[in-house]
Amino acid sequence: MKKIYTTFQEAVEEIKDHSTIMVGGFGLVGIPENLILGIVESGAKHLTVISNNCGVDDWGLGLLLENKQIDKMIGSYVGENKEFERQVLAGELEVELTPQGSLAEKIRAGGAGIPAFYTPAGVGTPIAEGKEIREFDGREYVLEEALTADVSLVRAARADRFGNLVYNKTARNFNPEIAAAGKVTIAEVEELVEPGELDGDHIHTPGIYVQGLVEGQQEKRIERLTVRQEA
Amino acid sequence: MSTVKQDKAVQREKIARRAEREIESGFYVNLGIGMPTMVANYIQPGKEVVLQSENGLLGIGPSPYESEVDPDLINAGKETVTASVSGSYCSSAESFAMIRGEHLDLAILGGMEVAANGDLANWMIPGKVIKGMGGAMDIVHGAKKIVIIMDHVSKHGTPKILKECTLPLTGKGVVDRIITDRAVIDVTDAGLVLQEVAEGFTVRDVIDSTEAPLEVSGSLKEAGY
Repeated sequence: MKKIYTTFQEAVEEIKDHSTIMVGGFGLVGIPENLILGIVESGAKHLTVISNNCGVDDWGLGLLLENKQIDKMIGSYVGENKEFERQVLAGELEVELTPQGSLAEKIRAGGAGIPAFYTPAGVGTPIAEGKEIREFDGREYVLEEALTADVSLVRAARADRFGNLVYNKTARNFNPEIAAAGKVTIAEVEELVEPGELDGDHIHTPGIYVQGLVEGQQEKRIERLTVRQEA
Repeated sequence: MSTVKQDKAVQREKIARRAEREIESGFYVNLGIGMPTMVANYIQPGKEVVLQSENGLLGIGPSPYESEVDPDLINAGKETVTASVSGSYCSSAESFAMIRGEHLDLAILGGMEVAANGDLANWMIPGKVIKGMGGAMDIVHGAKKIVIIMDHVSKHGTPKILKECTLPLTGKGVVDRIITDRAVIDVTDAGLVLQEVAEGFTVRDVIDSTEAPLEVSGSLKEAGY
C-alpha cells in the first residue's frame, strides 16, 4: 500500500533544491541516519531544515552542513556543532531559534490544520519581537505560526507496509509530529513487519501520515555515554 | 565581607543538596541541564519523585550500567539514562503539553541573571555564539514553581541577582525562588525576600553581594544549609 524503497537515495528523491524538510530526532537519538546520508548523496541544495538540533560535525544533519546543502535551519539548540557556528558567523547559514516546546507545537499544529496558536513561551524575550502579543486572563501570550514541510523524514523502530509506526523509548521525540506535518513523509525503520504483527493499540504514528518506507540499519551513535559502575 | 574559599565541586554539591529540599514526595519535577541534573543524586530515600525529561521521558531512572546502555534512551542533556519503574515515553509535543499545561510541580533550572521582579536570563550572551534556548523558555512558564540555582556572584565577583537583567531574557517574571551558595531568596510581589543564609555567610555578606534590594524575612534561617 505504501511505497517501499530499496535505496535511501531513491527514498529522498522528492527532496529537491530549495525544499523545506523536517527531520525527526533529539540530538542523535531517533534521527533517520540513512535518509540523511541519502540527501548527502543526492546533493539537493538550498534546503530549509526544521529539526530540533543540527547533528554533530561528522554525523546526522551535520553532514548536510559540511556539504553546504542547508541555507536555513529552524531548531531549538544547535550547540554541538563547530561547522554550524562557522557558517552562521560567515553569514552562509540563516538560523531561526525557536523554544523547543513552541517548535514541537508549531510542527504539531502544522500537521493538525491549526495555522497558529498562542503560547507563553518567549514573551518578553527576543523571540517575541515582531510577533503578536495577546492577553488572556491577565497573562501575556505570543502568537506562533504552524510549520509544515515539503518532505518529512522520520525514524521508527518498527513499521508495517501500511505505514503504521512504533518508536523505541526516547527515539520517539519529534518524530510523530514531524510525520504528520510533511506533505510527503518517508520513514526509515529498523524493522518492517507483516501487517497484523503490530498491535493496533500500540501504534504511535498511524499509517495515514506516511507515504514511503525504507528499512535501514542504524549506527545509533551516543553523544554522552553516562554509566554507573557495576557494584 | 568574609571570603570563604570553597572548592567549586563542594559548592555545587551544597547548592544541589539545598535544592533537593524543595522536592516533596509525590512531586513531578523537571531538572535543567548541568548543576540542576545533579540534584537527582541527592533525592532522599523515601521520597517518591517522578523526574521528567523534556525529550519525552516521564520517570528518569539512574544512569545505566554499561551492560544496559540503550542508545535510544537519553535525557534532555543527551546523556544515556534508564527509565524508572514508573517510566513512560511520549512525543516532544506531548512532553511540552505536560510542561505548559502546568502539570509539573517544580522545575529547578540554572541561571545567569535573576532580577528583583523574577525575570530570568539564562540562554544567551550577546556577542558570544548563540547555541539556542532548548526547552528553557517553555519550562519557565510551565511548572507550578520555578527554582533557579546558581552561584551568588559571577566568576568576576559581580552580583547575578540584579535590579534588572542586563542579558536577553529567558522569561519575564517567572522565578519563584533563588538558591545560591550564599542564600535562599524568594521572589514576591513586594520584591526579593531573604529566607535563608548559608553557613559561612552573614546577612550583610548576602546584601552586599546582591544588587537588588533584599527584605530580610521575619523567619530568617541562619546557617540554613
